[in-house]
Amino acid sequence: MATTAEGFDIHHDHGHDAHDHADHKPGFFARWFMSTNHKDIGTMYLIFAIIAGIVGGAISGIMRVELAEPGIQYLQWWAQFMGGANDVNTALHMWNVFITAHGLIMVFFMVMPAMIGGFGNWFVPLMIGAPDMAFPRMNNVSFWLTVAGFFSLLFSLFVPGGTGPGAGTGWTVYAPLSTTGSVGPAVDFAIFSLHLAGAGSILGATNFITTIFNMRAPGMTLHKMPLFVWSVLVTAFLLLLALPVLAAAITMLLTDRNFGTTFFTPAGGGDPVLYQHLFWFFGHPEVYIMILPGFGMISQIVATFSRKPVFGYLGMAYAMVAIGVVGFIVWAHHMYTVGLDVNTKMYFTAATMVIAVPTGVKIFSWIATMWGGSLEFKSPMVWSLGFIFLFTVGGVTGVVLANGGIDDNLHDTYYVVAHFHYVLSMGAVFSMFAGFYYWFPKMSGRMHSELLSHLHFWTFFIGVNVIFFPQHFLGMQGMPRRYPDYAEAYTYWHQISTLGYYIMAGSMLFFFVNILYALAAGKKAAANPWGEGATTLEWTLPSPPPYHQFETLPVITDAHDYHDHRPVTA
Amino acid sequence: MGQRDTRMKKLFLAAVAAGLAAFAPLSAVAQDAAPAAPVAAEAAPAAAAAADPAAPAAEASAYTPMAPTKGKGMPTSYQDDPAKSLTFQDQYSANGEYALWMHDMILLPVITAISLLVLGLLLYVVIRFNRKANPVASKTTHNTAIEVIWTIVPVIILVIIAVPSITLLARQYETPPADAVTIKATGYQWYWGYEYPDHGGIEVISNMLDEAAALKAGEPHQLAVDKRMVVPAGVPLRIQTTASDVIHAFAVPSLWFKMDAVPGRLNEKLLTIKEPGVYYGQCSELCGARHGYMPIVVEALPPAEFAAWVKSQGGAMPGEAAEAAPAAEAAPAAAPAA
Repeated sequence: MATTAEGFDIHHDHGHDAHDHADHKPGFFARWFMSTNHKDIGTMYLIFAIIAGIVGGAISGIMRVELAEPGIQYLQWWAQFMGGANDVNTALHMWNVFITAHGLIMVFFMVMPAMIGGFGNWFVPLMIGAPDMAFPRMNNVSFWLTVAGFFSLLFSLFVPGGTGPGAGTGWTVYAPLSTTGSVGPAVDFAIFSLHLAGAGSILGATNFITTIFNMRAPGMTLHKMPLFVWSVLVTAFLLLLALPVLAAAITMLLTDRNFGTTFFTPAGGGDPVLYQHLFWFFGHPEVYIMILPGFGMISQIVATFSRKPVFGYLGMAYAMVAIGVVGFIVWAHHMYTVGLDVNTKMYFTAATMVIAVPTGVKIFSWIATMWGGSLEFKSPMVWSLGFIFLFTVGGVTGVVLANGGIDDNLHDTYYVVAHFHYVLSMGAVFSMFAGFYYWFPKMSGRMHSELLSHLHFWTFFIGVNVIFFPQHFLGMQGMPRRYPDYAEAYTYWHQISTLGYYIMAGSMLFFFVNILYALAAGKKAAANPWGEGATTLEWTLPSPPPYHQFETLPVITDAHDYHDHRPVTA
Repeated sequence: MGQRDTRMKKLFLAAVAAGLAAFAPLSAVAQDAAPAAPVAAEAAPAAAAAADPAAPAAEASAYTPMAPTKGKGMPTSYQDDPAKSLTFQDQYSANGEYALWMHDMILLPVITAISLLVLGLLLYVVIRFNRKANPVASKTTHNTAIEVIWTIVPVIILVIIAVPSITLLARQYETPPADAVTIKATGYQWYWGYEYPDHGGIEVISNMLDEAAALKAGEPHQLAVDKRMVVPAGVPLRIQTTASDVIHAFAVPSLWFKMDAVPGRLNEKLLTIKEPGVYYGQCSELCGARHGYMPIVVEALPPAEFAAWVKSQGGAMPGEAAEAAPAAEAAPAAAPAA
C-alpha cells in the first residue's frame, strides 16, 4: 500500500510507530531542495511569494513616498544607492526601474506563485483525493525555475540598463524602448527572468492539467469537483496557451536586441505594434490567471461559512470557463490608442464588455450562496466579503474602460492604475489572504488569531481603498501613469494616496505577527476547524495532513454531490 | 483653398498608401516645400495685410503666447475646486463633450448603481443571514429563473451602453475633410516636434519649461512648454502622430484626445477644438527616463490669428502662399521626382 517514493527514504527514523510511514519525511536538504512533495513545494511557493511580496510592496512604498509631493525627492539618492551616476536622467531612470520591478515581481513572483504554486499545489491534490501531483519531480523544477527567474530579475537591477542600472521598460517591456531604447544587459536579464518564470509556469500548468484529469478520486467526476479545482484547471489551460506566446514575443525581443533581427524595428520591416499584440495576447489571459484561482477560493470559503453548497455550481464552473475563453479574444483593449482601425476597436469594445456577464454571474452566485445561509464571520469570510465588494468596484471601472471611445481619455492614466489595483491588489490579494486564513490551520496545524486577522482585514481594507480610490480622480483629471513627478494640481489626491500606503503597510504587521504568533503559540488545529460547512476532502485529513495522504483513495459515491465529499456515515 | 493644398494632400496620401516607410515621404514633401515657402512669406506680409483687413499687420510679425485660463484645459486642484478635482476636465471638442456626457449620464450612474446594489445585498445577507439571525441554513442551490435574470439583465445593460459607445467610436473615426489643417506631431526622447506641411513646412520644437520659467510665464509647471502647438480653433484639424525613437503618446485630456506616436507608423485622427484656449497634455506612453517631462501644449487661436502666427513662424497659409508666390507651385510639382 505504501506509495512513498523509495528514493527519498533517506532517514530511517525507527522511533515512531507504523502509522508514521505515511508521515515519514526525508532529511532537511532532500526535503526542501529536492522536494517531490506537493505540500512541501506548496509551502515553499507560499514562503517565496511572501518574500517577493515584501520586496514588491517595499518598492511600491518607495514610489508612494516619492509621489507624496510634486518634484523629485529621493530618486537621486536611490540612483546612487543602486550604483548609478549622480545625474538627473539616472535618477529618473530609477523610477522606471521601480515601476518595472514592482509590476514584474507582483505578477510573476507574488500572485502567480502564491495562487497556483502555493494554494494550487497544496490543495488541488487534497481536494481531488490524490496522493500527490502527477509529476512530482517536474513540480520541483517548476518551483526552482521560478526562484531562478526571481534572481535573474534581481540581478538585472545591478547591471546597466540604458540611462542607469536596471530595466526601466515597464512590466510590458514594449519595443522599441526595450530594444534600441535600453542599452545594456539589464533588460536581457529581465527578459530571461520572464523566460525562466514562464517555463516554470508552463511545466506547472501541464502538471495541474494531468493531475486533475487523471488523479481524481474514484467517483469524483468533473461535475463533482470543488470549484477551486475547477478554477486551477481553467487557469492551467490559460497558462499553457498564453505563456508560449509571451515566450515567443520576448525571445524576439532578445534577438532584436542582440542578434540584429528586426521583428519590432520599422527600419527593418518590423513593427513595434506587433510586439504589443503578442504581449497582450498573453497579457490579458494573464490577468485572469491571476484572479481565477481567487474566484475558486472565494467559492469554497463562502460555501463553508454560509453552511450551504455553492449556488449555481455548474453556472459558476462554466462562468470560469467562459471567462477563460473570452479572455483570449479581448487583448487589444490594452491597445486602444495605438492606432487601431475603427472596426477593430468596435469589436474589442463589444467583446470586452461580454466578460462582464460571466463575472456578474459569479458575483451574484456568491451572494445567492450566502442568501438563506447561516453566516459565520471568521477571518476567511470577512476577507471574502471584502473581495466580493472590491472586485465589483474594480470590475465596473473595467466596464468603463472597455469602451474604446472613453478609453481615449483614460488610457495610461491613473484611472487604469486604480482599476487594475482594485481587481488585483484588492481582488487577487484579498482572495489570497482569505485563502491563507482559510487554509493556514490546515497547512500548519496551528490556529491563527482571529482578532489579529480581523484587525488585519479592517486596516488593510481601509488602507488600500485610501490608496487607490483617489487614483480614479487623478486619472480622470488626466494624471498619466508611470510618472515620478506631476503638476501641482494633482498634489492633494497623491498625498491621500500615500497616506493610504502607510495604513496598508502598517496593517501588514498584523499579518506577520499573526503568523509568528500562530507558529509559536497558536492552538493546535483540529482536522476541521471550520465546522459543518467545510465539506471538501482536505478537511477529512488531520491538520497538518500526513506527509503522504490518501494511501487508500477516498471514494466519491452516488450519494456525494459537488459540495459534500466527506465519507458517508451509515 | 488652393490647388497646391489639395495636390499636396493627394501626394501625401499616395505616399502613405504606397506603404513606404511612413514618415520619410512626408518629410520629403515638407523639405521640398520649405525652401520655397519662406521666400513667399517674406514677400507676403504687405500683400496679405492689404488683402485681409481683419488681420492687422502688427499681428503678423508679433505673436504673444496666449495666457492660460485657470481651470480650462488643465487639471484642477482639490483646493481650487473639490468637485472639479474628482472628475474629468471640462471638454473643448464635440467628441469630448459627447464622451463626457456618456460617462456622466450613462456609465457613472450604471456603475455606481451596480456597486451599491452589490454592497446593499452584501449588507443585507450579513444582517439577515448571520448565524444568530438564521441558525439553520437553507439547502437551496439552484433557481433557474434568477440565474437567467442575472445573465440577461447585464446583457441588456451592456447593449444599452454599447449604443452610445459605438456611436462615439464612429464619430472619433470620422475622416478629416480635405481642407483640414494638417499637423504632424513627432515624439522624440524627450520633446515634441510639430510640423505643418500645409503651411510651408513650419516645424516647431517644443520643450518643457523648467519650474521657474513656467511660473514666471504664469503657467502650471510640469505642463508648460517653450513653443506651443498652435492651431486654429473651430476648424477641422488632421492630427498625425509618429515617433523617431521609441513609442510616445500624444494626449490632451481636455480635448478627449490620445493617440500613440509609434516609430514607423503614421496615426491620424480628426480633431476640432471648439474655442480658442490653451490646452495642456502630457506624453502618455512610457518612453524612457524623461517620460514625465515632455508635456504638450495646444494653443487654439481664432483662424485669423492662427494665420498671423503662421506668418510669424516664416510659413504661409496654403491659399495665400499660392497667390503671393506662384513660384511655390513648382515645389509640390517637383516632389514626385524626389
